[in-house]
Formats: sequence, C-alpha cells, structure tokens
Amino acid sequence: MSIFGEVPQAAPVAVFKLSADFREDQHPNKVNLGVGAYRTDECQPWVLPVVRKVEKMITDDHSLNHEYLPILGLPEFRSSASKIALGEDSPAIKDNRVGAVQCLGGTGALKIGAEFLRRWYNGTDNTKTPIYVSAPTWENHNAVFSNAGFEDIRPYKYWDAGKRGLDLTGFLGDLESAPDHSIFVLHACAHNPTGTDPTQDQWKQIADVMKQKNLFAFFDSAYQGFASGNLEKDAWAIRYFVSQGFELFCAQSFSKNFGLYNERVGNLTVVAKDQDNLNRVLSQMEKIVRITWSNPPSQGARLVAITLNTPELFAEWKDNVKTMADRVLLMRAQLKEKLKALGTPGTWEHITEQIGMFSFTGLNPKQVEYMIKEKHIYLMASGRINMCGLTSKNIDYVAESIHEAVTTVQ
Amino acid sequence: MHQHEMSTCSVFDGAVFISSEMKLTEDFKRDTHPNKVNLAGREYVGEHGHTTWLPLVRKIKQQIATDPTLFPEYPPILGIPEFTQRATELALGKDSPAIVESRVFGIQTVGSTGAVRLGAELLRSWYCSSSSWSGPILLSSPCDDSLTGTFKAAGIEDVQHYRYWDAESNDVCVENMVHDLENAPERCVVVLFASGHHPTGAELSQEDWKRVAEVMMKRQLFPFFLMSAQGLCSGSLEQDAWAVRHCVSLGLELLCAQSFSYSFGLYGERVGHLLCVLKQNMLAVQSQAEKLVQTLWSCPPMEGARVVATILSNPAHLVEWQESVKGIAEHCMLIRERLRERLRLLGGPGHWDHITKPGGLYCCFGLNAQQVEFLIKRKHIYLLPHGCLNVSAINSRNLDYVAEAIHQAMHSQL
Repeated sequence: MSIFGEVPQAAPVAVFKLSADFREDQHPNKVNLGVGAYRTDECQPWVLPVVRKVEKMITDDHSLNHEYLPILGLPEFRSSASKIALGEDSPAIKDNRVGAVQCLGGTGALKIGAEFLRRWYNGTDNTKTPIYVSAPTWENHNAVFSNAGFEDIRPYKYWDAGKRGLDLTGFLGDLESAPDHSIFVLHACAHNPTGTDPTQDQWKQIADVMKQKNLFAFFDSAYQGFASGNLEKDAWAIRYFVSQGFELFCAQSFSKNFGLYNERVGNLTVVAKDQDNLNRVLSQMEKIVRITWSNPPSQGARLVAITLNTPELFAEWKDNVKTMADRVLLMRAQLKEKLKALGTPGTWEHITEQIGMFSFTGLNPKQVEYMIKEKHIYLMASGRINMCGLTSKNIDYVAESIHEAVTTVQ
Repeated sequence: MHQHEMSTCSVFDGAVFISSEMKLTEDFKRDTHPNKVNLAGREYVGEHGHTTWLPLVRKIKQQIATDPTLFPEYPPILGIPEFTQRATELALGKDSPAIVESRVFGIQTVGSTGAVRLGAELLRSWYCSSSSWSGPILLSSPCDDSLTGTFKAAGIEDVQHYRYWDAESNDVCVENMVHDLENAPERCVVVLFASGHHPTGAELSQEDWKRVAEVMMKRQLFPFFLMSAQGLCSGSLEQDAWAVRHCVSLGLELLCAQSFSYSFGLYGERVGHLLCVLKQNMLAVQSQAEKLVQTLWSCPPMEGARVVATILSNPAHLVEWQESVKGIAEHCMLIRERLRERLRLLGGPGHWDHITKPGGLYCCFGLNAQQVEFLIKRKHIYLLPHGCLNVSAINSRNLDYVAEAIHQAMHSQL
C-alpha cells in the first residue's frame, strides 16, 4: 500500500496543456497564440544580443567566485533592479527606505512577499487578511497566496467584457468595500491576461481610495519596458504610489524583458516608511528565504546586474527591449487593420488600446473552440492571445480565421 | 476628492528584527585578526582557501553560453529531463529496481533546501491521505535550525528529534537512535542523512543502516533522506548512497533531497534534486508536485542543471568528474589525519577517532558553549555549535594554530 496511493491527478495547467496540444498538432498552418513568451517574426525564441554578449563576459571572467550568493541575493542586482522600478533618482531610494530581495522570478518574489505579509502584516500570522486579485488575473496568483497560508482570496472587478475595457467603477467599488488593510495585487502594466491598464488618471483614483482605506499595494511587474517600449512609462503607477507615500511591495520579473525565462531572475522591491522598518522587514525576509530556497541562483542575476550597471550595455538592452515592444505594437496595428479591412463584425479598437504581450480578443469559448479545432490556432478559452505568436507570415491566416469564427459561430 | 495624509506609522511596525543566520560569517568578515579562520563555512574550499571549479565545468559553461541551439525558454516545471534522469541514476544506480519498474520520478529543485521544502510541502499536502498533515517528523539531534524551520514553514509543526550524535563518545550512538525510532509514533516521517551529516559529519555503518531500515519497516516509518555530498564522504558514489539504495531494495517508499553544490562546485547555481520512490500512483503524485512547484518558484533555473546533466551524460566527462570528487574526499581525509596527528602530539587525554572515522566536510569535537565561545572570541576561529567544523577550511598555513587552539579549548581552564 503506497502512502501516496490516494493522491488524485491534478488538472493540467491550461496554458501548458494548450502548448502540448499545439506541439502534437500536425497541421501545416498551426499557430500558437497561447504561450507567454516572446517570439520573433520567424516565430523563434529570441536571445537578446546584449544577453549573448554579457553571458560570454561572465564565462570568460576568471575572477568570479562560485560561492553561494548572499541569502537576499546579489547586492548589485538588487539595487539596480529596484532603481529600474522606482527610478534612479527616486526620493525613497535617497531616503534609504528601499530594499530588495533577489528571488526566483516574479513567482518567487510574490512568494516571499506573501510569506512575509502572512507572518507580519496586519497582526502576527494573520491568515485572514483578505487578498484581492483582479478578475481575471494570472492564474498562479491565487495559488501562491493560498499556499502562503492566506485563507481569504477574493476577486476585484477589473475587466468589463461588455465594453471590452476596464471596469473602473466596479474596481473602485471593490476598493471602497474592502476591509481595511486588505492586500491588493496590482498589475504594474500590461495586465495579464487582458492587456488593459488603468490610465494615469484612473491610477490616481485607485491610489486615493487605497490610501483612505489603508489598503496594501502589492505590485506585480513582469513586463516593464516590454509594454510600451519605455521603462519609465511602464513604471509610472509604481512610482506614483511611492510618491504618494505608500509603503509597498513590487514583485519584478526579468524573464520577459531580458528573455531570461530559464534563469528565474526576479526581485522583490520593498518600500518602507523608513530605514529602521526596512531593516526589520529584510531581516525577516532573509529568514523566509533561508527556509524556502536558501540562496538565489547567480547566473541570471549577474547577467542583469552587469547589464543594468554598465552604461553601453544598459543602452543596448533598452534598445533590445524596444525591438520586442515595437514588434508587438506592429502586430497589434496590423491585426486590427486586417480585421477592419475584412469587415469583421464588432469593434477592434481594443487590439491596439490594449498593451503588452496579451490581448483579450473578446472571442467567446465556442469561437475559441472553433479556432483551435477547425483552424488549428491555439488560444486560451478566455479569448486571450499572445501577440508574439503573430508573424508577418501567419497574420493573414489568423485575421481570416477570427473573421470566420466571429461570423459563423455564435 | 480629498488628499488623505499617509499615517506616520509603518504597516511594518509589527515586524521584529531578527539577527541573521549569517552573523557568524559576517563577524568573521569583519574580524581583522591576522590569524582568523572560518571553520563554519558551507562550501568546500581547496588548500588555497577558495572554492574550486573543475576546468571541465568552466568549459561546459562556455559551450552553453555560445551554443546557438540553446534558447532561454521556460523549462519544464519539474526541470530538465536529462538532469532529473541522471540525478536519479546517480542516487539509485542505473539498474535500480525502482528505475526499472518506473516507480521513481525526480524534480529539479533550487538547491537541496528547495528539495527539502518541496518534499515537505508534498508531505503536508498528501501524506497518509491527509489534506493537511502536520507531523510528527523526526529530525536528528543535533541538526540545522534551518532544517527545522523549513519543515515548519511548509506547515509541518510537529517536529521531534531522535538521538543521533552522542557527546560522550563523539560519535553516533546507534542504540539510542534505534530506540527512539522504535518508540516513534507509527507512520511518522524520519529525516535521515544518507552520508555527510550536517553539522557533525558522523556516519552510520552499513550494519547500522540495516538495523535502522528494519525498524523503519516494522513501524511503517517514512524515510526522507538528505544526501548533499554524494561521493565526497567516502570517495565512492555508491558507498555514500548505500543507505538509500538499501531502503529501495527493501521496497520502501522514500524521498531523497540531493545537492550538486559540493560535488560540482556549483553552489551559486542552486542545483538540487528531489527524488521520489513510490509503490504506485506516480503520475498523480508528479502532477501534484507540479502544482506545488508553481507556488514556490514556477520552474527551476537552468544553468547549473545543464552543466550537471552534460557532465553526467558523457562517459569521458563522467570519469573526469568522479576523479575530482574522489580528490575532494581524499583531501578532506588527509586534513583529518593531519589534524588528528597534531592533536595527538599535543597530548592531553582524548580519543581522536571521531576525526578520521567519518569522511566528508564536517567533523564534531563535542565542545560546550563556553569552549566554542573561547575559540571564536579569543582565538578568532569561527566554528558551529557543539564544536562542529568544516575541515576543508583547515590548510597547511593554519593547521598548527587551529590544532593548538582546539587543544587549549579542551584542556585549559577557560
């Protein structure tokens, strides 16, 4: 009799199952619009030229030691990563009240932040503090907070399917009615999966209610630079909240904007009231890291740190990021144009209004099924597509297929 | 719309300051004494006092960095198959019945801490059909605080200890250990060091292991092995894994957390592996492990695992690597012998078998807190509680100083 004999099979993660189905599909025109990674116009993954360069520098550097990184991570990575989020001349940084923990990708940063908050925020070991995640949100948010011990994870209104945009009224309403000190997971930019971000004015309204209600802002920033092509623009919301005096966490991922999906480069930026609070927080986070993965991996962090801290490499990186962002913007523009040219019913402005890797097309589950089964175009049941899966070679086929789906399937 | 003032209190006011576990290392770094020695480090250092890499490792890293066919994609959640396959074969032997019968799977983790954490999460979620198993789990006495902390963080609150290190004999007391296991609650989980016990270095013989395994079977205790330095203790990969293989041959289900930090010098890369040997239902457990991984780190970092997989998959590389591991084991044994010889010559009562009996990095002198403090504060020799130390940090330059200091700690009025 096995001690694990009763363990049930877990349902596969939708996006991975989609990719698996895509791989098995033999159809010559198949298109994968499900995966959350950048692709070139040849539909290939892209190693950023600056990354290749720095990788070689690292392997040729015989002075580097191979020891464990400090538990909180590589110092030059942590500080430069926080500067990227908050701005080089952030007053909070100047006040010595910004710190960071190098983590295993954005997931790891969320994990450490969640574990800290459960232990030390809103009382001690308060598992009942409500966690609010957007409806919809990245499917892993729920699991990370739940596994950290939080018992009450709730949606806040976000996507308005009717108008294909932000449900600001609903969002503000949920903020108003949230219990004080609730934690809100906010997407810093390029909302996953809708691609719909609040405007600056809307962020101001959101921040105002959060201040009133003492709600905690936990930013998830996985696409800085990748969304608009501009680092500062993509970090506006975070910086605004900091300027308004919020203490906050920001889980940063460098998977997309460095194309380093496999090295798990993340950073949890902590903004506290003052240095004393910061030190206490970091001391506890160190303990949490120690019993989770002990020390973070060195490869990716070194690479990012060298790039961010070397002016020519930093410039080259920003350029590489803009290349990716520009291709996405081009695909958005072209898809919208083609759908309009085909006379596809409905409005398609949201394709170019939305930002970042993902677009919520508005296709319903039946239409999505049609796309997959009949046209071999793989997208999420929610209608989410990854714009990076579009290329100059397949965009006509995709546009025509969307047209078919919308006109023939209700 | 009002502009509300932010409160002057911090939302983090409740967080208490806690001093770092790395305090000892930090104190060492700040210490300006010319003769300072750090025997509390976690890495293997060579005679020159630094961590080492195989030239082979550097070569392979260069190959990886310039390989145009390698793309930095998200790896599988459970890690790269070539790595988990090799890691499994390394631990169990290629022809292990568990492998032949497809009753084993492996998960690439973030170091052995990640493997322990993941194993703990798996147990908490699924052990004994429980949706929230909280123990008891038995750890050796002594053991790392962080080991206890890892299990507790995963929700396994009921942590107990079995007697392992005996201060009288400066060795493992198997009688005590077996007694404690025989009296352990049925079906509890027992954490066992296959080899290279941290922090004492004390080992069980194969005969001892047979007795332990027998009790485990009789009382239906579940073994969770830690094997952080396979090959480094005895110089033989097979010997260092003997305990795990023996349990598998008896048909026991088990977990085993492996580290590749020491054996490849890849500390910074965090290359770990969680081995799961089951009787049945492997795919379901694997799927649940995937879910848990996603709440921890989503998927593991590639660089180090690629290097290990490349080396273990190539016969010539494998031989070169095995030689280097043997070299490390031999170097540690040489230091032990020299330390023992010095202490013997310095005279004073005492047996020194415990220094050379076990292999690997760690060794324990069974010192009390006062003696340890003396060594740290007065002799600037940094070591772990109970007088456990990392022998690799002892070299020809500091051997005399260390030996004399230990002698002094043990035989003077402090």
